Amino acid sequence: MIDEPRIHDYGDGANVHKKVSLEFGDMGEGFKEADLIREDILFYEGNTHLPMEQHAAVAHFDADHKLTLWSATQTPHYVHRALAKTLELPASHIRVIATPNGGGFGGKSDPFNHEIIVSKLSMMTGRPVKVTLTREEVFYCHRGRHPVLMKIRTGVKKDGAITAMDFQSFLDGGAYGSYGVASTFYTGALQTVTYNVPRYKFRGLRAFTNKPPCGPKRGHGTPQPRFALEVHLDKIAEELKLDPAEMRLKHLVQPFSVTANYLRIGSMGLGKCIEKVVEGSEWKKKFSNWDRENRKLPEGKGVGLACSSYICGAGLPIYWNNMPHSGVQLRLDRQGGVCVQCGSTDIGQGSDSILAYIVAEILGIDPFDIRVITADTDLTPVDLGSYSSRVTLMTGNAAIQAAERARELLTMAVAEKLSVPIENLSFADRRVFDVENPETGVTFAEAVVLAESKFGTIGTVGSYTPPRSPGRYKGAGVGPSPAYSYSAAVAEVDVDASTGIVTVERIWIGHDIGQSINPALVMGQVEGSVYMGLGEALMEEMTYRANRNVVHKFPSLLEYKSPTTLEMCDVVTYLIEDRDPNGPFGAKEVGQGPLLPVMPAIANAVYDAVGVRIDEVPITPEKVLTALRDKAKGREARFGPKRVPDVEWPQPLKVLTPAEGGDGKEMPRVAVHS
Amino acid sequence: MMRLPKFTYRVPRTVADAVKMMSDAGAEGQFVAGGTDLYPNMKRRQQTPKTVISVTRLKELNQIAGDGRSGLRIGASVSLTDICEHMLINRDYPFVAQAARTISTPILRNMGTIGGNLLLDTRCNYYDQNYEWRKGINFCLKKDGEVCWVAPGSRKCWAVQSSDLVPLMVAVGAKLKLVSTLGERVVDAAGLYNDDGIDYLRKRPNELLTEIQLPPRNGWRATYKKLRRRGAFDFPVLGVAARLDLSDDGTVKDAKLILGGIAPAPVEVKEAEQALIGAPLDEERMQAAAESCYMKARPLDNTDFLMNWRKQMARPYVLRALQELREQ
Amino acid sequence: MSGRKQKAHIKLTLNGEPAEVAFAPHKTLLEVLREDLGLMGTKHGCELGECGTCAVLVDGRSILSCLMLGLDAEGREVETIEGMATAEGLHPLQETFADLGAAQCGYCTPGFLLVAKELLKTNAEPSRDEIKEALSGNLCRCTGYLKIYEAVELAAAKMRGEEAEAVKETIYGYE
Ligand SMILES: Cc1cc2nc3c(=O)[nH]c(=O)nc-3n(C[C@H](O)[C@H](O)[C@H](O)COP(=O)(O)OP(=O)(O)OC[C@H]3O[C@@H](n4cnc5c(N)ncnc54)[C@H](O)[C@@H]3O)c2cc1C
Ligand code: SF4
Ligand code: FES
Ligand code: FES
Repeated sequence: MIDEPRIHDYGDGANVHKKVSLEFGDMGEGFKEADLIREDILFYEGNTHLPMEQHAAVAHFDADHKLTLWSATQTPHYVHRALAKTLELPASHIRVIATPNGGGFGGKSDPFNHEIIVSKLSMMTGRPVKVTLTREEVFYCHRGRHPVLMKIRTGVKKDGAITAMDFQSFLDGGAYGSYGVASTFYTGALQTVTYNVPRYKFRGLRAFTNKPPCGPKRGHGTPQPRFALEVHLDKIAEELKLDPAEMRLKHLVQPFSVTANYLRIGSMGLGKCIEKVVEGSEWKKKFSNWDRENRKLPEGKGVGLACSSYICGAGLPIYWNNMPHSGVQLRLDRQGGVCVQCGSTDIGQGSDSILAYIVAEILGIDPFDIRVITADTDLTPVDLGSYSSRVTLMTGNAAIQAAERARELLTMAVAEKLSVPIENLSFADRRVFDVENPETGVTFAEAVVLAESKFGTIGTVGSYTPPRSPGRYKGAGVGPSPAYSYSAAVAEVDVDASTGIVTVERIWIGHDIGQSINPALVMGQVEGSVYMGLGEALMEEMTYRANRNVVHKFPSLLEYKSPTTLEMCDVVTYLIEDRDPNGPFGAKEVGQGPLLPVMPAIANAVYDAVGVRIDEVPITPEKVLTALRDKAKGREARFGPKRVPDVEWPQPLKVLTPAEGGDGKEMPRVAVHS
Repeated sequence: MMRLPKFTYRVPRTVADAVKMMSDAGAEGQFVAGGTDLYPNMKRRQQTPKTVISVTRLKELNQIAGDGRSGLRIGASVSLTDICEHMLINRDYPFVAQAARTISTPILRNMGTIGGNLLLDTRCNYYDQNYEWRKGINFCLKKDGEVCWVAPGSRKCWAVQSSDLVPLMVAVGAKLKLVSTLGERVVDAAGLYNDDGIDYLRKRPNELLTEIQLPPRNGWRATYKKLRRRGAFDFPVLGVAARLDLSDDGTVKDAKLILGGIAPAPVEVKEAEQALIGAPLDEERMQAAAESCYMKARPLDNTDFLMNWRKQMARPYVLRALQELREQ
Repeated sequence: MSGRKQKAHIKLTLNGEPAEVAFAPHKTLLEVLREDLGLMGTKHGCELGECGTCAVLVDGRSILSCLMLGLDAEGREVETIEGMATAEGLHPLQETFADLGAAQCGYCTPGFLLVAKELLKTNAEPSRDEIKEALSGNLCRCTGYLKIYEAVELAAAKMRGEEAEAVKETIYGYE
């Protein structure tokens, strides 16, 4: 190990990018309390975002020696910083405009080589320079889902209450870092936010390999451990002969509590999500209840359940600073129009319209009265970008602040004009009026004129910084979020025992959105997440030829299998609105969370259908058939990894849990002996 | 943007002109119909003809004539969509429409032709790659290289016959009309395909395929089953075409079982046919036929899915084809 | 430059109007539309016939513009997404796609809209399965297709002259 050459000058070892070892609470005690200790090893194959639009960028270095870059990016602010650094230009001379984005899913959130190259070429030639990647090149940019091998060991009481959980993850990072440190932490962060986990240990390792770099894809680092956890819990439920839905319902994490690893939970609607999907899917009439002899569904048909949670924005930015994560600027014009400017980037999730709805709601005007200008580093205040499901919550809160400040100015001017007490004024239907005397009022446009006459040009700003997390230990930066969304899913599948082909017939999914600001957009994100989860569960994988020529096996849209209309299942969606005090109007995220329960729900349903465990994603017909054959021969009815590598883990960083009286800080090393 | 290399494009209006243009173009010439096979290959620089001669505007190649009693003649440039929707084909040769409907996607079928489909280049996932990718592995036997990466010891290319209609045409005994400046000839579909991924057609490059002739429907039945990952886009990784001639008492008089998608040419499984002929079509015989197909199927690792699994799928897919024919 | 001489020149009907265009003769219709006619509404995801993003209508039939030569558009009627809205306003499909959220990033949308239009021309009341089949050659990574089916069904109903509205569950989910 020691003499091996280093691949990069950063990282934790020869080919090791990151090694993490964290321990929350007395694990020995936890496992001692358990009635059952179960250990499972699972694998999640890597896959990629596959946005329909290939990355493209145009740069123009003009006669004033200022650079403009138009790029299909999710993070214009980070690209701006990267350009300033690599091109050695003053940041103030660089303008980055994120163009309407033909799909991102995380794949356009790293600053990319081609963005730097077109900029440099334009500087050299003085001409505009454009690059559009070929589909093959998009595969090589990747930054997609890490292949992760996982080992999970959990102690439970007879009723399924978790007493301790020990989780290990091994990430195949590809050739470069990308956001890989965060990815590594994310494979261990969110295990604690769904069910009560009083003691928790996490060890994670990210290795460099000679493949395209992995990074953030929808769910960043959390779908893999969620798959492992939810399949593992299904197996525990079987050993304890418990209904998997009831077992989960009984041990939900408490709302407004702090987890063993110091994540602060806000509103928590998972219970309602589970109840909805159980009822809607007629779970009780379908689930085998671990009794293969007296099945309710015919052999080959099965149902499976899984739950999940996701962050609504990362608590910390990618680079260390104390500034807001999102800024919004409003300009009110005399005609009654409002212009909203924000650095946020619409990648199809509809974030531009969210700004309009929120501002319109507060100013009592129609969203169509609002112009939205986003994602232009010259025109818009910084927003960190479209990643970690942060946009609605963070830009929404910034927009509320900016709009409330504008409303205050208008209120003062109108109150004076109408001689009405300030607290009597209300904004609705494009009017500002006295609530006690609704005929007394002015139009919104008149209100702007009054305010402008009184105060001068009306422009306000708002910004948002997430609350500080209670975790103070090294590594506490990944996982905290202003709020957590929750999802539960039931999948119903058909497994053809002669081929191993799995058909997902329907998915019932409940999602705790806090408050939907535009339900049509929320529904779209839920269904799109289910779609992407279905692809990951059944067919999508980044595979390489390892034996003879080390190349991507099929960097094409034909051979990388993305489900068509004919594979997409029916989806029945329930939106649970459990408002979170940290969300704008109580809203939480929906862009990523609903993907998470899909893969484990399908894996659990396959087991219910034919009695074989596929502990590996994607669940391909080859794997199912192999497991079925093994089962027929009396061998272990399972397909999946059997061991994890032997790793010398560093001494764990020990933190007392809140229940043990911890303060969120790590314990001094001297006190550690393990 | 993947772009085509430069070439000269010619659009003849008569068959005579077409074959003349081809003989003028020589080895650098190639016919194109829908272009759905040729143009992707040209963009990936697998094929780089200097002269491309379109066959879509040749009237004779766009007609469908005859019926189930006399036999059907389908012009080579008839689009796959027209095959799928054609009234007579659906009435008298429904299995042809059914197989055509499994080809790629509705949009592609609006462009792709039956002729192009029958002459499709063989496929291999070491070969159907961009120029840069292939260069990255030092190319392969089929184009620009020295080794077959699928079977490095072999001097032969194992690229796969991947058309959905080929196995069916072979099974039903279709005949193909080929025309060149030297004249015309009619060949059995079965005789057209050669078990070599590079030299996969027993046809001179300058021969124009003008017509596909389906034999009269006197009693026989046929079907096609396709294995692929997704219900659209995907090429067959196993295709089973079956034709049976049953006498009134249900005895199998004649049988053809052709496997596609597993070798450079369609594979006739004589053992399976023998297992069926002369006896009623019972479960045991069908199992035996399926078993023979399983034994005969030797796919290699150059398409989607693991090759072992594809081989194993021969059993259930052959069985399904035969079961369907029994019900027909 | 010598390039000029090698340009091909064709006449066609483009979105209902006569048009002429000159271009390098080995260009695909996709390239001619985007680069020589400046119609950027036609998108592309692979340029190899593997995604359906580049679909346009030629003589009313959907084709993959990445696999058709520009030269073959000579004398034909080409319809791109730019021609879908008319002086009277958006096409009913465009309206329902927008209302139901059948477009998220919108990149696949031109292809879906044109293929759906082609479907509704021959089948005024397609079943869900017929819609799935007709749209099976268009990949979308965002929507999961469900809103697209619903938008096609709603537009079809509107085009049949029915008073139709989106079902509540489409927008609000199930109770
Ligand atoms: C994404 C994708 C998916 C596909 N999926 C399938 C599938 O599932 N099943 C399947 O069977 N095919 C599939 N294909 C292959 C192909 O598109 C179809 O088989 C189609 O029918 C080919 O017809 P074409 O007219 O477009 O062929 P072209 O590309 O025009 O021609 C194909 C070959 O035939 C030659 N040729 C064409 N016509 C003549 C003629 N009249 N005389 C002599 N030579 C001629 C050409 O020179 C060329 O070598 C797929 C293609 C793509 C791009
Ligand atoms: S079978 Fe071998 S020679 Fe033929 S295309 Fe594939 S790798 Fe090349
Ligand atoms: S761009 Fe993908 S099919 Fe044309
Ligand atoms: S809406 Fe984004 S690909 Fe379809």
